Amino acid sequence: MRAGPGRRGGRRWLRLLAWSGLGFLTLPMLVALPVSLTPKRYLSMPEGEISLRHYANLFGNEAWLASIWQSAVIAVAAATIATGLGTLCAIGLWRMSSKASELVRGFLLLPLIIPPIISAMAFYRAWVRFGLLDSYAGMIIAHAILAAPVVLITVSASLANFDLRLEQASRSLGASAGTTLWRVVLPSIRPGVLGGAVFAFILSWDEIVVALFIAKFRISTLPRRMWDGIRENTDPTVAAAAVVLIVVTLAALALSSVLARRVRPAAAPEAA
Amino acid sequence: MRLAGIHHGAGGACWLLVAPLLGLVIALYAWPVAEILWLGFSDPEPGLQNYEKLFTRTALAKILWTTLRICTITTLLSVTIGYLIAYTMVHLGARERSWMLTLVLISFWVSVLVRAFAWLTLLGRNGPVNAALAAGGLIDEPVAFVRNELGVLIGMTHYMIPYAVLPLLANMQGIDRRIMDASHNLGAGAATTFTRIYLPLTTPGVVAASLLVFVISLGFYVTPALLGGGRVLMVAEYVSVQVLVTVQWGVASMLATLLLAGVFGLMYVLSRFMRLGDVFGARA
Repeated sequence: MRAGPGRRGGRRWLRLLAWSGLGFLTLPMLVALPVSLTPKRYLSMPEGEISLRHYANLFGNEAWLASIWQSAVIAVAAATIATGLGTLCAIGLWRMSSKASELVRGFLLLPLIIPPIISAMAFYRAWVRFGLLDSYAGMIIAHAILAAPVVLITVSASLANFDLRLEQASRSLGASAGTTLWRVVLPSIRPGVLGGAVFAFILSWDEIVVALFIAKFRISTLPRRMWDGIRENTDPTVAAAAVVLIVVTLAALALSSVLARRVRPAAAPEAA
Repeated sequence: MRLAGIHHGAGGACWLLVAPLLGLVIALYAWPVAEILWLGFSDPEPGLQNYEKLFTRTALAKILWTTLRICTITTLLSVTIGYLIAYTMVHLGARERSWMLTLVLISFWVSVLVRAFAWLTLLGRNGPVNAALAAGGLIDEPVAFVRNELGVLIGMTHYMIPYAVLPLLANMQGIDRRIMDASHNLGAGAATTFTRIYLPLTTPGVVAASLLVFVISLGFYVTPALLGGGRVLMVAEYVSVQVLVTVQWGVASMLATLLLAGVFGLMYVLSRFMRLGDVFGARA
């Protein structure tokens, strides 16, 4: 496929352009890091000396700490519920594998397709009625519903590679349906389950639009507090918070790729 | 019933696994969404008066026009840049490609809030970009990059590029490169081969990427609200003001219904080009 010298020159330009595009994509997000290290009281790039005062403020200020804690609790709880329900549902739909299951699958992807602003309106109105506004339960349920489709997708992708004969073998050797599910099916689809769990966690950890509608005083997640900070546009603590937000997201992504690599060969040798 | 052979128990057991999530989504999501849409026809009183406002209130027409204009430009920019990145990726070695894919996926997952903050900081009046331009003698006055439509376009294009790259990449990886070799061997130049062979083969990818980017842009809230500085009102931000500030559910619901109709219509077209699951990093 390597062509003549004229085309190779064109290739080099393309490559340069593509890397510039990727630079445009990733480099701007790094600006939060130097700004978070500025010694000044206002948003600025540090000149010469750097300071950790804004991190001290972030982790020393009760309101910011509460936001980090609330975001973490909500994201872990929402990801757990979404993963549990999403995985069971994916297995059920996979075993039905009929016209009805395709319809149900499409329906369950709705929270991913419907624009967040409409989801936010719906949750807001429903939560007012159920008294769930501004509560842990309200945030966790809303985020679990929004994240479940992602789990459904990743687990379904794993199931598509699962060798059906393994299940048959387990059943014909006398294992019950429940044992087969727990000891044979689940271990084989672990990469999809864990991947889905990590994506669900990130989705909730980052989520802002629904949080703007249903959280306010008692609950103010990290993105919610950052939103207020960005609108005021003065305090560099927001930059420190942005760094924390990115670091957690990237750590979760790294974890998911390590898990996927480590688990696959051990758990699903036949499925490949 | 392709998999009839593995149905040990009754189908009822399968429904038991599906029921918890299905019940949750119906009761606490689908039903509330349906109620929201119904409000457009019933609040403050039954009838179509909320929809009539589309034709009588010029503010509404202006918001719809702003939304469509910004979404169209965003789509053009991000699909063009995304095409360039995806095209280069499929023609590079596996190592470099996987580095590029990692960067695309990282930016795919980084919070929209962090990106908006980054652009506000970088492009603000006292930001490093204006400082560098002034130091280089290129400008006398700071350029207003953000808190206007330009800022919204920069922020949205930045957000949407990964959404354009991923479907394009899936499409391009499925193309048999021997077709291009054949074109070269038959005497066609690089430009002819690209425009006559490669571009038509990647059209499904371009259509899918464009539809996806456009659909997601339609409902955008965070980026226009932060980077537009209150001057660039798109549908989602207007809806949020109607709900949270002026409490006009009827108008908000009418706009939400229009938005949803647009999203569903375009998603239906999109589903004929690609599988939804392929977009959300499931294959990464």
